[in-house]
Amino acid sequence: MITAPKLRAGIAAAVALGVAAALSGCASSSPLDSGASSSSDSKTIVIGSQAYYSNEIIAELYAQVLEKDGFTVKRNYQIGQREVYLPQLQKGAIDVMPEYSGNLLQYYDKNATAKSESDIASALEKALPKGLRALDAAEATDQDSYTVTKEFSEQNDVTSLSDLSKVKETLTVGANSENQTRPYGPKGLKSVYGVTVQSKAIEDSGGALTVKALKDGTVQLADIYTADPSIKANDFVTLKDPKNLIVAQNVTPVVSDKVDDKAAADIDKVSKVLTTDALIELNTKSTVDKEKSSEIAKAFLQEEGLL
Amino acid sequence: MNWVLSNLDTIWDDTVAHLAVAVPPIIISFLLSIPIGWLVVRLRRPGASRVSSGLGGAVVTVAGLLYAVPSLPLFIALPGIIGTGLQDPVNVVVGLTLYGLALMVRSTVDGLGSVDAATTSAATAMGYSGAQRFFRVDLPLAGPVLLAGLRVVAVSTISLTTVGAVLGIQSLGSLFTDGIGRNIPEEIVSGIVTVLVLAIVIDGLLVLLGRAVMPWTRKDTTAKRRARRVLQAAEATS
Amino acid sequence: MIIGQAFAWVVDPTNYGGPDGVQARLWEHVWISLLAVLIASVIAVPIGYLIGHTGRARGLAIALSGGIRALPTLGVLTLFGLLLGVNLQAPLLALVILAVPSVLAGAYAGIESVEPVTVDAARAQGMTGWQILTRVEIPLGLPLLIGGIRAAVLQVVATATLAAYVGAGGLGGYVFLGLKTQDYAMMLGASILVIALAIAFEIVFSVLQRAVVPAGVAERSTRRHPGSRERTRTPLPEGTPS
Repeated sequence: MITAPKLRAGIAAAVALGVAAALSGCASSSPLDSGASSSSDSKTIVIGSQAYYSNEIIAELYAQVLEKDGFTVKRNYQIGQREVYLPQLQKGAIDVMPEYSGNLLQYYDKNATAKSESDIASALEKALPKGLRALDAAEATDQDSYTVTKEFSEQNDVTSLSDLSKVKETLTVGANSENQTRPYGPKGLKSVYGVTVQSKAIEDSGGALTVKALKDGTVQLADIYTADPSIKANDFVTLKDPKNLIVAQNVTPVVSDKVDDKAAADIDKVSKVLTTDALIELNTKSTVDKEKSSEIAKAFLQEEGLL
Repeated sequence: MNWVLSNLDTIWDDTVAHLAVAVPPIIISFLLSIPIGWLVVRLRRPGASRVSSGLGGAVVTVAGLLYAVPSLPLFIALPGIIGTGLQDPVNVVVGLTLYGLALMVRSTVDGLGSVDAATTSAATAMGYSGAQRFFRVDLPLAGPVLLAGLRVVAVSTISLTTVGAVLGIQSLGSLFTDGIGRNIPEEIVSGIVTVLVLAIVIDGLLVLLGRAVMPWTRKDTTAKRRARRVLQAAEATS
Repeated sequence: MIIGQAFAWVVDPTNYGGPDGVQARLWEHVWISLLAVLIASVIAVPIGYLIGHTGRARGLAIALSGGIRALPTLGVLTLFGLLLGVNLQAPLLALVILAVPSVLAGAYAGIESVEPVTVDAARAQGMTGWQILTRVEIPLGLPLLIGGIRAAVLQVVATATLAAYVGAGGLGGYVFLGLKTQDYAMMLGASILVIALAIAFEIVFSVLQRAVVPAGVAERSTRRHPGSRERTRTPLPEGTPS
């Protein structure tokens, strides 16, 4: 006999089960598996991106061009830093990743001495592990830079990193925390340019917080990526790097073996039209016009006749 | 506002991902806390003035200490202990369940412990077996207090899930990390508002569920008053 | 074992010393947490006492507190960081706002926990409202107030770890540095330090909470006869550990 207590228990159980079932259904279809399982379908290409809006736009460019050519694309964006997604790329959980040539090389070969774009490209070929290959680099660069305000530059007569050693005040660099361990970080500044700097970790990859810190004078130098629209917008001065401490960072697609020649050719089409100015334009659309990466990518590809 | 309207799909995606990570811990911690609460009450020595004395007391104290552990460090420490990946959502689910347990055990112990001894004796006298008595008498009587605790756990879990975003786990917290990278305050605000709305909605659903499952609480009876008192005392020192 | 490496990082003397050393960050963390709770207390305790004593605006206070408690701390931190920059004010303001509900609730719950019989007795003895507040309600309500402050401190210590994301320093700096460079030992070591700090505060405040119970009340509780309903002195901790 179904008594009132049993009915109540039944309602509660049904609700709980229903919620659990619905959500597990959602969970398995949403991109939650950040690399725990490798991609199952051999025709699906998984495109990843860093936790960096500009990188996501480039990834979206690749994705849409591949989709136009008939590939099924799965997007797995905002993954995190190199140290997190490269193992997944090697495992085959991700197939395509927009990367930056210099940093990628230094990740695999800490003693790399290549400085110019072509040197880095050939060194990268040798340094990448089995199963990964780098496609043609784009002309666009988006590298770390040490940037100062216009006032600082004029007051201290500083236009390049070699001028920094004559500045008397204590210099603090605002950058992501990993800057402290990178070759071009404080250690590199000391050994190559003889400049001692302190670090202030601001985790927004040269974004609004870092820009504000630079403007407020909380930091004197900021690591702002060269394709960031805020440099021009705020009249900042990017310090020149005559000794090539910061190696070139051309946008380079890194792909797994699953990416065949047809797909590689599609991605190359994007690389051919991606200049630094174009990248700055794309970034501006994201941060100033606040558009979505999918729309920015679509508009750009249509302009270039690739879509 | 424009940004919100044109990015509703992103907000929706993040909400679904958020719920997928937040709801299982709420359910699991509730279910797990019941046997633990039962055990603690069972271990209470007859005539003791406090429920939390002896072994039972130790369990409650451990739960309290667990609550003291800050969330981000816990999510980071868990992979080493249970072997999940750092960016594995299961990691966050386990962490959230632990927090839910820490909150819920206290409530379950209070609820089950507040069941009048005279009532349970009467039930035994009528012939109820131990298990029958637990499910038909103790649990329903403790129901309002359990519900109060569950509501707190739900709101807490939904808010806490956002922390996972700094580790790269998709949730409404992703709106915060993306918003700060692209300098879009509207994105951050939309994330905060959505989390609050979600908390209110789920809290409301739990209240409705409580009324459906415990019809005797629909009127303002002693049970409801007791639950309210527990909730108020809870609000006080948290 | 990674836990072993984490402990090794914690006790490694080379990590200490210098402006970026562990001890500097630890001190930053403690200092900003206590400062935030202090400011929150200065704001919330008088208001809480007023609410508890006069009984008015209680519903509003509860609703506001509940709303603030449900706020996702990362969201509040990033929003304030975006609007106010990376100097100390932004995270401090966010931390103060997050600490206020607990302290407020502790204050008015403490006042309200005083039995009406006691207040009546005090009034019958001729005490003015102010005297009742300061001589009866506040001392009797101290344990719950300390409980509220304790919850606030825990919340703030936890949130201060996150605050490093917007440049606030503290032990969270090591957490994010370790995350970005996949140095799990550092991440875990810093996390262990934060956990230890939280537990240390928890112990200090629970001792304090027991210590401020007025002598007469403490004596009375131990003589309580069995079967009477116990007052939950350390009730359900609400709100996010964040």
